[in-house]
Amino acid sequence: MPRWVKITLVGLAVAVIIGLVSFGGLRRRMKRLSGQDETADELARHAVLAPPISTPTDAEVTATIYWGAGADKIAPVQVQLPLSADPVGRSRQVLQALIANPPTPGQQTLPADTEILGFYILPDGTAVADFSDALASETPSGILSEENAVDSIAQTLASNVPNLRRLKILIHGQEAETLAGHVDLTGFFDLNSAAPPSPNASAVPAMPAPAAPSPAPH
Amino acid sequence: MIDAAHGGVDNGARGPNGVNEKDVSLALARGIRAELTRRGFRVVMTRDADTDPAFDDRAATANQFADAIYISLHVASTGTAGTVRAYFYRIATPFATIVPAAGVETNSQPTTPTPSPPGGLVPWREAQAAFDDGSHRFADAVQAGLAQKFSGSPATGTSAAVRDLRSVAAPAISIELSSVASLNASSLEAMGPSVASAIAQGILEFHPFGMPGGSAATSPSVPGILVPSPAGPAGGGTH
Repeated sequence: MPRWVKITLVGLAVAVIIGLVSFGGLRRRMKRLSGQDETADELARHAVLAPPISTPTDAEVTATIYWGAGADKIAPVQVQLPLSADPVGRSRQVLQALIANPPTPGQQTLPADTEILGFYILPDGTAVADFSDALASETPSGILSEENAVDSIAQTLASNVPNLRRLKILIHGQEAETLAGHVDLTGFFDLNSAAPPSPNASAVPAMPAPAAPSPAPH
Repeated sequence: MIDAAHGGVDNGARGPNGVNEKDVSLALARGIRAELTRRGFRVVMTRDADTDPAFDDRAATANQFADAIYISLHVASTGTAGTVRAYFYRIATPFATIVPAAGVETNSQPTTPTPSPPGGLVPWREAQAAFDDGSHRFADAVQAGLAQKFSGSPATGTSAAVRDLRSVAAPAISIELSSVASLNASSLEAMGPSVASAIAQGILEFHPFGMPGGSAATSPSVPGILVPSPAGPAGGGTH
């Protein structure tokens, strides 16, 4: 074998070995970065979907939650809940209670796996409630069922959070034309027309509560 | 104007036995059209096949007429079996007119109402607002008849933000039967004649345009509007 061929083969072998070593390192690095991304995504998801937290400063009060009453109506039910003094936190807590703690399954007005993705209160007293897709996709289609769902949200907020004046419902951060084909979500729903704008209202989106095992009694 | 809700790819409410709201609403609409026609009304339908006109197209069909009455037909997923409700559009309180409680300082914007657009036109999405009172009275009139025929139904009309009605420039109601979950299609369709009778009775009681068999509508660019006689509500046009 000519000398130049041997030199070429050795050179190629060295290049292949270097390539394999580099490729392995590259793969390990990509895997590590990918893992970091997944972790970050998962943390962000948990942060967004985390239930409102109960803090030691929450006061146990009698809250009024509107659940189903028979096949056709909703009605107020008095429950004891530790509620925040902060209107945004308080709103999230009563809505979470509405979703998660109906006295019986038949009294559920909102799909059980509905998530509260965000809740904001604007300085003018407008409450903006952002729900996950489940609210739209799992609420039974129909004027009666959709109206009861929206009314249960509106009346629960109006009964427990002072100074809210009107409600805007978003689905996954977007304005939806209807809830499930019937009830118009492009406008606002009256909460308490006579309420003044809240001095404590915040135009800044409420930061999601940190993931905690707190089974907020909502 | 009779509107059979949903249609085409939009099934509406679906029952456990495969009952689709879109099919029952169309069957009901056809039966009610026949009954109202027999009683001397002239009826136009927003759809007469398995099609799905957009909400605004349905409203536009009604808004061609100066003196229509609009009735959309629905079948619920829920509710006590065999009950029927008449809904009128719930208008949210115009925010500019909300007056804060006395003695409380506010940081809201001035509460001066927004001036109306020139020329008497109203925004398309607010067309129903001018007919709020008439729609309410019409729903009450129809619901009174429904309550007599369908035990357990409410005594008066119900307000709800029904999307169908928002842009209709006419007295407009939605009628919803309960439900695809508790009754089969034939049972629901069998309710049609009584629903038609309550509608006819409600129209005569409400009679915004007079009695059936009156003179022709003032501006029907499409023949056969559900309007017994002229002189409809003189609201501004819509755009």
